[in-house]
Amino acid sequence: MSDVAVRPMPNLLANGWIKAGLILAAIVVAAILGARLDGSGTLHKIFIDPFDQMVAAPDLLAQTVWEGLVSGVLYALIALGFVLIFKASGVFNFAQGIMVVFAALTLVGLYEKGVPAFLAVILTLGVMFVLAVAIERVVLRPLVNQPDIILFMATFGITYFLIGLGESVFGGNPKQMIADQLWLPKGAVDLKLFGGLVSLQKIDIAAAIIASVMIAVLAAFFQYTRIGRALRAVADSHKAALSVGISLNQIWVIVWFTAGIVALITGIMWGARSDVSFALEIVALKALPVLILGGFTSIPGAIIGGLIIGIGEKMGEFYWGPLVGGGIESWLAYFIALGFLLFRPQGLFGDKIIERI
Amino acid sequence: MNAATMNVTGEPIREKGEVLLAVQNVSLRFGGVKAISDVSFDIRKGEVRAIIGPNGAGKTSMLNCINGFYQPQEGQITFKGERRHKMKPHRAAAAGIARTFQNVALFKGMSTLDNIMTGRTLKMKRGFFWQALRHGPAMNEEIEHRKVVEDIIDFLQIEHIRKLPVGKLPYGLQKRVELGRALAMEPELLLLDEPMAGMNLEEKEDMCRFILDVNQQFGTTIALIEHDMGVVMDLSDRVVVLEYGRKIADGTPSEVKADQKVIDAYLGVAH
Repeated sequence: MSDVAVRPMPNLLANGWIKAGLILAAIVVAAILGARLDGSGTLHKIFIDPFDQMVAAPDLLAQTVWEGLVSGVLYALIALGFVLIFKASGVFNFAQGIMVVFAALTLVGLYEKGVPAFLAVILTLGVMFVLAVAIERVVLRPLVNQPDIILFMATFGITYFLIGLGESVFGGNPKQMIADQLWLPKGAVDLKLFGGLVSLQKIDIAAAIIASVMIAVLAAFFQYTRIGRALRAVADSHKAALSVGISLNQIWVIVWFTAGIVALITGIMWGARSDVSFALEIVALKALPVLILGGFTSIPGAIIGGLIIGIGEKMGEFYWGPLVGGGIESWLAYFIALGFLLFRPQGLFGDKIIERI
Repeated sequence: MNAATMNVTGEPIREKGEVLLAVQNVSLRFGGVKAISDVSFDIRKGEVRAIIGPNGAGKTSMLNCINGFYQPQEGQITFKGERRHKMKPHRAAAAGIARTFQNVALFKGMSTLDNIMTGRTLKMKRGFFWQALRHGPAMNEEIEHRKVVEDIIDFLQIEHIRKLPVGKLPYGLQKRVELGRALAMEPELLLLDEPMAGMNLEEKEDMCRFILDVNQQFGTTIALIEHDMGVVMDLSDRVVVLEYGRKIADGTPSEVKADQKVIDAYLGVAH
């Protein structure tokens, strides 16, 4: 039958369930092989032993979850900076990480030059505003209507410019965040929990609270106000936004400035937990798996994604890490993100991809 | 009274008011390509003005010049007695020019209601601070504007799709939402770029009725581009015809219909 002969093979991988089945099968086969090879029960170590540990020492579990939660909140903050800019201009802002470093450096640098701490915060906000205006004028405005990839590359340019500027003004040495001067709490609270001690750093508690408040305020602002609506409109269609009288230039400045504020707060919080150095930029890249998980366009997605990644990687490191010799914290997040890309490319909460053909 | 002075409802054409928008000797080039060369015409207050012409005649380019998407290299555009050189689209919108697009440009992820609400952007006056608080005056303002938007939704008979994301709607309804968004701006001049393209007969008739209602009830001046000659002849008070970026005719529908150059342009002419 000729018509049967020319019918193309159906693309098995296009079906999510088939794809899931294949991957699951591969994992099971690999696990069984592993179990048979070493004979000491790899399967037991992967699927049963970690949960035994969790039940046996709930205080350790609580400690791990808490640490994951805190880094998750901070990831969420960084991711929020990305989401804001992505929503308004469709640009993935590679420079968000360096903006965190730059804001923190400016703050500490100003303080070292003798400016009182809280005045330094206000001045740093001013610097972030000038930066937003400058980026809009010099980078975004001439590139209106260019393909997204060009704007993406432009944010690389911004990154290297800020690295250079930061180093030449404030030097490349790691600095101490001025946590005391900003009245951020120090020390730890020890909780008696599940028959053990769970120690919570006060700075972590403060970080979690400040980040949550910040996220709530931003989410409400963008969901319910005229500016928020204008922002969503710009994200959807530049042409249509212009035709109803929304000024792209104004919206971009607002968005980059907001991202700058978020960067400053993130910088203060991360800086208070470690040092303020250019290494922080690497941490900012963790926002990428968070975004893939939560969806590039969703503020709640950034939060949930951040928490999942934060808790997931701490638990993975603590309970499953020893199986492969530790150090999985640095790549586990990307691994989780890869899984999500296969099945839900728009993320957990991303705008559903609507396409009329 | 002959047909030329009657409009679709059979009434004599109203005495049209002063010139609302004047296009004078406008030329637009993209590199070496001349999209529009030396075109002049005017739009009077309260009229329905059609711009017609074969494909590639420069009709959409003309609208883009009027609302500031393009900057013509030569010529002037005078709106409400004010001559403009460099016009930005959001300034044009603030001055009272609204438009719809040939291929609908809506905010696909947002609901019908939110899409039309964006049309109120320029009418909302409360600053950042009140907006952020979403309290007091800003709240009252939001409610006030919401009322206008609901009225428009009633007018266009799209109550049933208020909360749906517009990306999911059929094309005809999307066009109607787009008209709603333009109306929410309470424009003085409404530019419609092929408002009936791709619609079936029933949808076209609905759209015609909306356009006439907008013109007559709200007194909005309308400039529209349309390919359906029946629609153009029925709706418009005056027609300007473009071909290869030049104006070849300008007048009432029946004058234009009888013009030999127009007939040649549409039917082709033996060389």
